[in-house]
Amino acid sequence: MDRGLTASSTARRRRAVLLVFFCTLIGAVSQILIKTGATELARQVAHPGLIHAAEGMFTNPWLFAGYSLYGVSAVLMVLALRDGELSMLYPVIALTYVWVSVLSFFIFRESLGAMKLAGIALIVIGVAVLGRKAKP
Amino acid sequence: MTTPVSSMVLVVVGSFIGSFGAVLLKAGAGRLSRSVRSVVTNWRLGIGVAAYGLSSVFFVLATTRGELTILYPLVSLGYLWTLIWAKLFFNEPLTKFKFFGVGLILAGVFMLKLSTG
Repeated sequence: MDRGLTASSTARRRRAVLLVFFCTLIGAVSQILIKTGATELARQVAHPGLIHAAEGMFTNPWLFAGYSLYGVSAVLMVLALRDGELSMLYPVIALTYVWVSVLSFFIFRESLGAMKLAGIALIVIGVAVLGRKAKP
Repeated sequence: MTTPVSSMVLVVVGSFIGSFGAVLLKAGAGRLSRSVRSVVTNWRLGIGVAAYGLSSVFFVLATTRGELTILYPLVSLGYLWTLIWAKLFFNEPLTKFKFFGVGLILAGVFMLKLSTG
């Protein structure tokens, strides 16, 4: 294979992994924002239904920011999928769970026990194994 | 609270639909160019996004009855289906490292959610 072509495709693949990495970070922040907005909505309306939720996406700043960021992460995901392997990139999305746990620890003071830490470690190792370059 | 089998089936079906959504997003992404037209007329992207939405509807329906601790990790089964679709539709190599990595991730998600419940 042409060396120049190989180099550029490697660079594109690396960019794809980096894009998904940012995608999971933004996705986690969007989940936190949506959770905050949903809690606020539940305080204002006794039983928020589908219509309240849809309305809240535009009237509640937390929800609006959350869903907007969700859209941004989806666009990043599509751009990443263009250049990388689906089988490698899609499971990396699980990192979102890790960021949500870490962010919840700092923002909502949610506990981060041994079990949770072990789960986080397993996900991170799993992503590392997955991202490991396949033997030619 | 116990988790009914019907809720588990809903989540698994949802994860199936969601993983197909990922396949369509990848197929659509491959057909993108710099023109707006390539985005607007991209039916694969449209159906991919719709499939994601549909899978979350299944998930919401499922979680009205059942424990999140059990149901949430089942969503991650989508990663496993995606490995198979990637081989079938895009001829991506199915390596033992990929299965091992996804296995670790599934175990990790399960532990994470078990600790939250």
